Amino acid sequence: MNELFNEITVLSVVSLGAIGGVAAIVLFLVAQKFKVIEDPRIDEVEELLPGANCGGCGLAGCRALAEAIVKAESLDGFSCPPGGSEVMQDIGKAMGWEAGESTPMIAVLRCNGSREFAPPKVKYEGAMTCAFAHNLFAGEGGCPFGCLGCGDCVEACDFDAMYMDKNTNLPVILDDKCVACQACVKECPRNIIEMRKKGKKNRRIFVSCINEEKGGVARKSCKVACIGCGKCLKECKFDAITLENNLAYIDYEKCTLCRKCPPVCPTNAIHELNFPVRKKKVEKEATTE
Amino acid sequence: MKLLTVSGSPHYHAKESVSSLMYGVIFSLIPAMLVSFYFFGLPAILITLTAVVSCMFFEFIIQKYLIKGPVTIFDGSAIITGVLLAFNVPANLPLGLMVIGSAVAIGMGKMTFGGLGKNPFNPALVGRVFLMISFPVQMTTYPKPTAFTTQLTDVVTGPTPLTALKDGVTQGVPVSEIMTQLPEYGRLLIGNMGGSAGEISAIAIILGGIYMVIKKIISWHIPVTFIGSAAIFAALFWLINPEVYPDPVFQLLTGGLMLGAIYMATDYTTSPMAPWGMIIFGVGCGLLTMIIRFFGAYPEGVAFSILIMNAFVPLINRGFKPKRFGEEVKNG
Amino acid sequence: MGGVHPPENKLAEKQTIERLDPPKSVAIPLAQHLGVPAEPVVARGDQVKTGQRIAKGEAFISAHIHSSVSGKVKKVDAVVDASGYRKKAIIIDVEGDEWEEGIELDEGLQKQCDLDAKEIMTKVQEAGIVGMGGATFPSHVKLNVPKGKKAEYLIINGVECEPCLTADHRLMMEKGEEIMVGIELQMKALGVKQAIIGIEQNKPDAIQHLTRLAADYDGISVQALEVKYPQGAEKQLIKALINREVPSGKLPIEVGCVVHNVGTAFAVYEAVQKNKPLIERVVTVSGTSVKKPSNFMARIGTPVSALIEAAGGLPEDTGKVINGGPMMGKALNDLEVPVTKGTSGILIFTENESPRPPEQNCIRCARCLTICPMGLEPYLLAQLAEKQRLEECEDERIMDCMECGSCLYICPSAKPLLDHIRVGKTRVGKMIRERSG
Repeated sequence: MNELFNEITVLSVVSLGAIGGVAAIVLFLVAQKFKVIEDPRIDEVEELLPGANCGGCGLAGCRALAEAIVKAESLDGFSCPPGGSEVMQDIGKAMGWEAGESTPMIAVLRCNGSREFAPPKVKYEGAMTCAFAHNLFAGEGGCPFGCLGCGDCVEACDFDAMYMDKNTNLPVILDDKCVACQACVKECPRNIIEMRKKGKKNRRIFVSCINEEKGGVARKSCKVACIGCGKCLKECKFDAITLENNLAYIDYEKCTLCRKCPPVCPTNAIHELNFPVRKKKVEKEATTE
Repeated sequence: MKLLTVSGSPHYHAKESVSSLMYGVIFSLIPAMLVSFYFFGLPAILITLTAVVSCMFFEFIIQKYLIKGPVTIFDGSAIITGVLLAFNVPANLPLGLMVIGSAVAIGMGKMTFGGLGKNPFNPALVGRVFLMISFPVQMTTYPKPTAFTTQLTDVVTGPTPLTALKDGVTQGVPVSEIMTQLPEYGRLLIGNMGGSAGEISAIAIILGGIYMVIKKIISWHIPVTFIGSAAIFAALFWLINPEVYPDPVFQLLTGGLMLGAIYMATDYTTSPMAPWGMIIFGVGCGLLTMIIRFFGAYPEGVAFSILIMNAFVPLINRGFKPKRFGEEVKNG
Repeated sequence: MGGVHPPENKLAEKQTIERLDPPKSVAIPLAQHLGVPAEPVVARGDQVKTGQRIAKGEAFISAHIHSSVSGKVKKVDAVVDASGYRKKAIIIDVEGDEWEEGIELDEGLQKQCDLDAKEIMTKVQEAGIVGMGGATFPSHVKLNVPKGKKAEYLIINGVECEPCLTADHRLMMEKGEEIMVGIELQMKALGVKQAIIGIEQNKPDAIQHLTRLAADYDGISVQALEVKYPQGAEKQLIKALINREVPSGKLPIEVGCVVHNVGTAFAVYEAVQKNKPLIERVVTVSGTSVKKPSNFMARIGTPVSALIEAAGGLPEDTGKVINGGPMMGKALNDLEVPVTKGTSGILIFTENESPRPPEQNCIRCARCLTICPMGLEPYLLAQLAEKQRLEECEDERIMDCMECGSCLYICPSAKPLLDHIRVGKTRVGKMIRERSG
């Protein structure tokens, strides 16, 4: 028993205790001296944000957004794509500010140049990154506007909302996972991916092509390219479709999802997603959720 | 006709590949291997085989079932790890221990970090140091070199020159007296002395090293600076007090210095990239080896010194860049 | 410092330059040079003569373009060029071969020239001459020494360090006198007293030939150089010849040098002495499977397929067709791509020669770093570029990379180092431009 309390034990307990005490005091003083006074509301707001740091709001992560919101003392002009208006409402409630309604958006791939429709004319070899392939050549299919299929967008997605379809060699966007952070939009060297309104019941109609070449040239490399014929233009009763540089574009603000234009497109370049199957003609890939 | 290939330039590629480099190293190890087989006989062959096979086996298991990635056991790197690990242990080490050592070398030293090219420490040395610390008795019971005829069972053991020296010096015996007990330099050069399985023959290892430098498998920077700095450092101490510190020639020929300098320190993955970085690395290894030999508890310091310097490699790579073209403008 | 030794494969070394007849139709791209593309001055249906200017490059860095054939302009439209993209070109249907007036067609050597520096420069500009080594930088811009700088040396690049290519070699052998006169004219334009022709030692006949010719010309000398790639890169050549290092990000004029290719010297001779614009060039067609490896004098705009046909046709087992040398050339998507001012060769690889070795983990063997002629760390740059750490890329001097391809050539793991570095360079370049506004 006595051995436990011999001189060495006592000495070490005392000396270590003393060192610990001094260190604690130093730490406390330093912490006081270098204390950064921060608005506690920033933490509160950050707490409510999803914490994905995706940068979809245009700022460098959730903390930056929280800081910006608190600094501005209002929610005007801020949005959190992954959290949607729900999160903004929550923040508004917690802080006592008015939060506006924001339309849910989603990434849409505007190219359908799969292996089937735009068969490879050459074989690409090298670093599997679109950024390089884009500098090197027009793409295996030969369309200088089309998807290169190296999957930089999939790589950029932080939410597992995309994957490369091995058969088509095109990326697929998963409706339920995409949070509209725009990472893929920024990454795509050809600006194929567009942010569009998510639409009622996830229904969307869009031109799945961005080829601005003349119809004949575009058709040569891809069977489902928009050839700029303007048929859809005539069909649309709501002035939602514009034709520029041999390319039709559907304005999602004006489109009423009436489904008149897809059947008239001679190259099936207009896609409709998540609609019930048409009665007469079997339509292409209604992605089932 | 098949589709044309499109790729970025260049369209030529050198014949060299990872495995051709690795097999080049293995080829250059043959002389050292033969010497080891000659002096230590069957146990040396068995230990080398065990190490190679178990290294490849563990790499296979990990790549196939743990990582579930491509299996690359035939690229030669696992074979080198196995051979070098075997070279770094006494030839009469129980084979079970060798298997454990291989598992540690490949598993802990290499695959944990992501496999070939990702490991910060030389896998063979990780295995060796693990064995050294865990099984000190078996790892320091060195067989005496004999002809090839020795039976497995009755191996005569004896100290390595370095252990003998360390023991002597700690007991206060002057170096000159210890030296009389030890083999003369000619025998040391050939490798007729106690020691780890593959480290004994300086001449065979140097031969392999020269082959590798000529074939441009390794550059001269690390071996030359390693050996050179060790020699200079040893010479300094020898000049100060020849009664406590043996002469540099003895230091160079004994222990794992040659093997370490030529094969272990020059491991691609764990050595610096730029020429000046390699030189700093080599000098650091040389100095640390001698410091451990002179002042450390262990008689030998090559393994530790290389591992310590391995840890500095990322820092060295950051600090020592190759000479950029157009950096200093010379007009002449 | 640095350098690699790829197999030389100079199969067409002994083949004399063969003049190709104009094809049935040519497509002459408007962007055959670095800088701003030229503006067409002809329209559909116009009749043009050989050597007539059909597009003008008025911008500071641009070059005029001339018709290489006579005939009728079919259309001005986009065609696939060597970049793999459709670019604007003037397509001409060939009718006969009627040359523009004032162009001397006789082959006789004309040494005498009474023009002054300014006039020579104007003629070079009028003829639309660009760097014939492959970089296609407009030559008249290089001949115009910026204020405050002084040119001491004219360096003539006859290195041809790219494997397979023999166009410059043959030109030196066959048009040596003309090249000498061209060099003299360039010296006059620049106001320099000394010109050095650098030739690799693997062309002893060319070294001997030009050394003999140079004896008759004041200030021109020939220097044999060690065989290694990239010996013919501008900065490496200056270093090898006069031991001066061009500082990072600067032009050769910084160390008092102007570098021109032998092909350019020949084009200058033809432009100044014969009034002939740059409408044809020597193109090597080679490859292990090619029936008749050749050097052709081909009209600009000739489709690559016509050249291959003249060299014995496209072999069955072709896996890759390259525009340029095997180290820096571009693999072609399409064989109807036209020959441009920068096309030094068309190489045909068999299926076996085409693929890159399978990619493996980097083993940090430091080979890329040892051989990088610019003293960079390709492995690091590739990693940083892949991770898009652009500031660090810039600090590691990614913009110094000249894309010679030595790192990818030597890499035992066959990492696509250069692919990533190229992406990094593009991104860093964009970043720098954005920063400077």
